[in-house]
Amino acid sequence: MKRIAGMLLVVLAVAGVLWADNALSITGAGATFPYPMYSKWFDEYHKQNANLSINYQSIGSGGGIKQVTEGTVDFGASDGPMNDEQLKAYADKHGSGILHFPTVMGAVVPFYNIPGVTAELNFTPEALAGIYLGKITKWNDPAIAGTNKGISLPANDIVVVHRAEGSGTTFCWTDYLSKVSEEWKTKVGKGGSVNWPVGLGGKGSEGVTGTVKNTPNSIGYVELTYAESNKIPYGNVKNASGVFVKASLGAVSAAAAGAAKDMPDDFRVSITNAPGKASYPISTFTWLLIPEKFTDVAKRDAIKGFVKWALKDGQGYAESLSYAKLPNEVVAKELKAIDKIQ
Amino acid sequence: MATTTTTVPSASPVAGSRSFLSRLREGDEIARMITFLFAASVVLVTLLLVFELWQGSVLARHKFGFSFFRTSVWDPIFDQFGALPFIYGTLVTAGVSLVIAVPLGIGAAIFLAELAPARLSDALEFFIDLLAAVPSVIYGLLGVFIVVPLMRDYLQPALKNTLGFLPLFQGPAYGIGFLTAGIVLAIMVIPYIISVSREVLLSVPRDQREAALSLGSTRWEATWKVVVPFARGGIMGSIFLALARALGETMAVTMVIGNNPIVSASLFSPGYSIAAVIANELTEATSDLHYQSLIELGLVLFILTFVLNGLARLLIVATSQRGAGMGNA
Repeated sequence: MKRIAGMLLVVLAVAGVLWADNALSITGAGATFPYPMYSKWFDEYHKQNANLSINYQSIGSGGGIKQVTEGTVDFGASDGPMNDEQLKAYADKHGSGILHFPTVMGAVVPFYNIPGVTAELNFTPEALAGIYLGKITKWNDPAIAGTNKGISLPANDIVVVHRAEGSGTTFCWTDYLSKVSEEWKTKVGKGGSVNWPVGLGGKGSEGVTGTVKNTPNSIGYVELTYAESNKIPYGNVKNASGVFVKASLGAVSAAAAGAAKDMPDDFRVSITNAPGKASYPISTFTWLLIPEKFTDVAKRDAIKGFVKWALKDGQGYAESLSYAKLPNEVVAKELKAIDKIQ
Repeated sequence: MATTTTTVPSASPVAGSRSFLSRLREGDEIARMITFLFAASVVLVTLLLVFELWQGSVLARHKFGFSFFRTSVWDPIFDQFGALPFIYGTLVTAGVSLVIAVPLGIGAAIFLAELAPARLSDALEFFIDLLAAVPSVIYGLLGVFIVVPLMRDYLQPALKNTLGFLPLFQGPAYGIGFLTAGIVLAIMVIPYIISVSREVLLSVPRDQREAALSLGSTRWEATWKVVVPFARGGIMGSIFLALARALGETMAVTMVIGNNPIVSASLFSPGYSIAAVIANELTEATSDLHYQSLIELGLVLFILTFVLNGLARLLIVATSQRGAGMGNA
C-alpha cells in the first residue's frame, strides 16, 4: 500500500513537472543580429518565471516575417520593419494587424585593409556611396583623400566587399546609402539582399571580415557588436549634422533619441542618417513583431509580460553585450503600445 | 561497377511453380513486397521533389519563362531574376574541378591498385576514406585560409605572366573566384575518384593481368592497355559521382567563389553557383517572387544534375561494352 502511494506521488510529481513545462511555451523566429541579446533575455526571464519558456530560432529576418505571417510562430523578429505590402498580407490572412516593438539598437561600421594605413579614416556619405556604386575606384580619390588630410592613401584599386547572404546588416547599410545617395536609391535600393553594382560577397560577418583581412586595399562593413568583440578597427562616418562620428553605443543611442521626437505610432522608423551632432548615422533598431490579436489568453499575457520586462529590466543587459539601450522616450511610448495587444 | 549491363536475376521464373500462399509462408513474397516498397519510395521521393519544386516556382516560371535562363540580372529589390550567371558558375567550377581531379585521382588509383605494395595501398586507402568524410565547411576554411592567399600571391600572378594572353587568365587577381572554387572542389572530389576507381581496378580478374603479362607486355602495358580499359565503366562512374558532388556543393564553394553573379570568361573573376545562392538568400527572401525564383533555381539544379547523370549512364553503357569486349579478346 505504501509502495503504491509512493509511486502515485512520483507519477504526480512527474506529471506536475510536465504540466508546468507544458504550461507555457512560446515560440518565436527571426533576426539573427539581436539573437545573443534575445537568448540572454529569454534565459533571464525564464529564471524569474519558471513556468514560461520562450524558444527563439534565429533564422533571419525574412524567415521571421514569413513564419509569423503564416502563423507558425507566436511572434517574429526583424532587423528591418515590415513594409506596407507585408503588413497587408498579414492583415489579409489574420484579419488583424501586427505590431512592431523596437527592442535594442545596433550599428554598422565600415572597415578596411590598406597596407601602410593604420589611422582611422573619415568617410563622407558621398565617399561610401561612391565606393559601393563602383564610381570611386582608387583609394587616393579626392572624395576620400579630401577628408583624410595627412594620411597617405595609395593609388590602388579599391576592392569592395559585402555580405553574400541576405541580412539585417545589409538592410541597415543599404538603407543608409539610399538615404544619402539618390543614385543608390534608384539604381540599387534598400533590402536584406540587393543587386550589388560591384564587389565580392563574403558569407556572414566572419566571411566579410576574412575577405577584407585577406585582401589588400579592400573595404567592408560589419555590425558594431561584431567589430567590437573581434577587435576590428573601423572608420568614422560623417553624420547629417556634418560631424565625423566614430560608432559607439552612446552615438547609437543619440541617433535614436534624435529620431524619437518624430517616432511614428507603429514604430516603423529608420534611424539611419538621424539628426543630432552626436548621432552615428548608420544605426538601426531591431524589432519584435507581435500579433495584435491572440486567441490564447495565457500566451498573450505572457508575451505582454515579457515585453514589459525587456523594455525595463531587460535593457540593463544590453550594453554588456554591445547593444545600445533604447532611449527613455521610446521605452515610454512602447509601454503604452503594449496595451494594443489583445 | 557496370550494373547497367548485368540484369539482376528475379524471383519470377521460379514463382510460377509454387502457390502464392506457400511462397508467402516462406517469406519470399513478404520480403519481395517490403523491398519493393523501399525501392518504390526512392522513385516517390524523386517525383515528390520535382513536383514540389515545380509547384513552388509557379510565379517565377510564369513571370520570366525561358528568359530566366538567358538573363543575368539578379535584383531582389526590383524583382528581376535571371539564372544565367548561376548556371554558368555551377558548370564552370564543376568543370575546373574535374579537369584537375580526374587525372590526379585516376593516376593515384592506378598506383594504389596496381603498383603499390598491398600494405601501403590499404593504409593510404584509410586516409582517402577519411578525406572523403571531412565536412565541406572544413574544406571551405582550408580554401579561405590557405588556398586563397596562395592563389592571390603566387598561382594567379604566375598564370598571368605565362598564360596571360588567354582570356581565361586575365583580370585582377583577388584570390577568390571560379578557379579557386574549382581547386577547392577538386580537393574535395579527388577522394571519391580514387576510392571508387581503386575498388574497380582491384576487382578486375587476375587472369586479365596474367594473360597480358604472359603475352610479353610490361607491367605498365598490362595496367594501361588491359586493366584500365577493363575497368573503364567503373572509373567513369567514379568521375560522375565526383561531378554530382561538385555540382551540388554549397558551403565550400560559397566561401571562396566571391558570391557575385557575373558571367566572365576569366577564371580569376568572382562568380556564384546555384547551390550557393539558394543557401545564401532563401532565409531572407521576403518577396514571393524572390523566394520562388530561388526555388526555380533549385529546379534548374535538379534538371542539370538529372541531365548530366543521364549522359553519364549513356557514356558508361557505351564505353563499358567496348571495355568488356577488349577484356574478353
